[in-house]
Amino acid sequence: MDEPADTPVIPDAWAKLRRFTPARIALGRAGTSLPTQAQLDFQLAHARARDAVHHPLATDVLRAALAQRGHTVTTVHSAAPDRQTYLQRPDLGRRLDETSRATLAALSAADDAPFDVAFILADGLSAFAIEQNALPFLDAMLPRLPAPAWKLAPLVIATQSRVALGDDIAVTLHARMVAILIGERPGLSSPDSLGIYLTWQPRIGTTDAQRNCISNIRREGLDIDVAADKLLWLMNEARSRQLSGVSLKDDTQTPEERLATPATNFLLDSRP
Amino acid sequence: MPRYAHTVDGKRYRFADLKSLLAKATPARSGDQLAGIAAGSDEERVAARMALAELPLATFLDEVPIPYEQDEVTRLIIDEHDKTAFAAVSHLTVGDFRNWLLSEAADEAALAALAPGLTPEMAAAVSKIMRVQDLILVAKKCRVVTAFRNTIGLAGRMATRLQPNHPTDDPAGVAASIVDGLMYGCGDAVIGVNPASDNVHTVTTLLRMLDAIIAKYRIPTQACVLTHVTTTIEAIGRGAPVDLVFQSIAGTESANAGFGINLALLAEGRDAALSLRRGTVGNHVMYFETGQGSALSANAHHGVDQQTCEARAYAVARKFKPLLVNTVVGFIGPEYLYDGKQITRAGLEDHFCGKLLGVPMGCDVCYTNHAEADQDDMDALLTLLASAGVNYVMGVPGSDDVMLNYQSTSFHDALYIRQVLGLRPAPEFEAWLRDIGIFVPGEALALTQDLPAPFRHALAKLD
Repeated sequence: MDEPADTPVIPDAWAKLRRFTPARIALGRAGTSLPTQAQLDFQLAHARARDAVHHPLATDVLRAALAQRGHTVTTVHSAAPDRQTYLQRPDLGRRLDETSRATLAALSAADDAPFDVAFILADGLSAFAIEQNALPFLDAMLPRLPAPAWKLAPLVIATQSRVALGDDIAVTLHARMVAILIGERPGLSSPDSLGIYLTWQPRIGTTDAQRNCISNIRREGLDIDVAADKLLWLMNEARSRQLSGVSLKDDTQTPEERLATPATNFLLDSRP
Repeated sequence: MPRYAHTVDGKRYRFADLKSLLAKATPARSGDQLAGIAAGSDEERVAARMALAELPLATFLDEVPIPYEQDEVTRLIIDEHDKTAFAAVSHLTVGDFRNWLLSEAADEAALAALAPGLTPEMAAAVSKIMRVQDLILVAKKCRVVTAFRNTIGLAGRMATRLQPNHPTDDPAGVAASIVDGLMYGCGDAVIGVNPASDNVHTVTTLLRMLDAIIAKYRIPTQACVLTHVTTTIEAIGRGAPVDLVFQSIAGTESANAGFGINLALLAEGRDAALSLRRGTVGNHVMYFETGQGSALSANAHHGVDQQTCEARAYAVARKFKPLLVNTVVGFIGPEYLYDGKQITRAGLEDHFCGKLLGVPMGCDVCYTNHAEADQDDMDALLTLLASAGVNYVMGVPGSDDVMLNYQSTSFHDALYIRQVLGLRPAPEFEAWLRDIGIFVPGEALALTQDLPAPFRHALAKLD
């Protein structure tokens, strides 16, 4: 919002540079301090990011929406009983509580006919990310995985969850592969960013080097269909090469895209 | 039989070994609780401090928390310890070392002479029995001055790192934030970009751009792209203009292995940068970042508390004569530093321990959105650190790092603390700010309202 003309705020003479970056540049100043409007804008962004961290995932709403689509779905909890414990004890967020383990064990596949993949919808550090992006993503993703080529485990909703909780869930369900959709650590401008971690043959103690990550899935970020295509590619590769992680990553990254970026810019183009 | 114990009103507290005593004496923080090494009660914590206060400082030369044979950082600490420098305090207990540090005998010259005689464990130990005001008072007396194209750490001055990060390393996006920072008088510590990509081509592109900007506008500062030391060495090999070699470091050999580094590799990086001879007023060519909790998060802490591990990282840093070292204190998250109170205390401990050991300490005063902290906490820590004489802080547009997704101090924040405490930029950079017309001539630290001519010309083409 523009400040009125008679304001004591001193505008910055380089506001046109805002087109080049999402960074908070050219905010102007009150004396040398942050003007009121910019200060309140920041507080709003921080409030949203914090709300994203502390907002409990509306599991009933999610369950109902998934059931309406004809999916089998179950809800589990990590061993972290509440948010405060979750934030301080990542180890507890990585394993199931005993009730959830028993629930999943009852749904598990036979040893000789495991599920091909388990999809998990996990609150992580932002329930907003799941509430806003998980259903559209599954709507795009699941039609790409027809039976009998893909034997899907029941969908699992998980709360107070870290990425590695997916390993515990997949082991309990007997799934050969796990794709956990999880709320990423909220940034000031991205409180609802969804990440997906894919792991081939997850085990307790699987490290992040053995996972592939698709990050920043949200309306202003990575497009749902692009993300679904990427995940399908990774799942097919993981199954045929029997691995996931660093060795798959190299094929999907295209650093050449970045090389096309011009090495120069407005500060260097002109003559002083 | 435990060698360390203390009795409080008939109750005997025993501590299995030196590292256990250090851990239990540490002010409460979530990382030590996560590691299962924190004091079990407030009384046990104070009992540990009482036992620690009675311990002769020289104990730390005989008993090391991580075995000499297992850890090259321990070997560095012990092998390079300066016994002559240590003689000034070798007769003291930890408790009397605190008393001595606070005394008039411990002036700038005495503290500078002592630094090579201190081990990180000694600094960590005494910090655990110090209050915030002690950490500030003693750090304020320590002076560590470094130089490359300007001089950082002089009395009455505080520098800023201009941190113009962009989510996709877009050169124009980076340049836009550089303009924002320079116009607010920031960037004397370094213009330092955290790249989104570790690709050597991207890194080289950014290095050439930063070099060209510094040359074209004749800015007396240095540039850095904060990528892995091996990537920087490769870039130097390809002819890239590297001022400073960056690396994240930690206080144990295994944590450093987790970063993909060791002491030999850091030495190789430093030699590569020195060979370019790009400094004009000095040749400090290394830039290190640290932070409490990094050893624990790599499962490489050996049961040593996170603050002692952090102090050991400063032994690694000082070996390589860095221009800049900063703790990224609130970045790691609430499982290590839970809230504003823990972040504040940790930032002041890190600054104190670094300065006492002779390291040019700055601080990334920062927090993440899942920590119990906000801008008020950062204002408090910034004000405390500036009072303690911190060498530099970060400058991020509007406090919002849009690449790393955390909040740090802003250009406005730097001007706030300059105004309140009368702190000036590095002298060479201050002269440039006046000459180019960012500061009003004659007046201290007053910004002009118009774009200086060279920048006005650069932006004119954008209409």
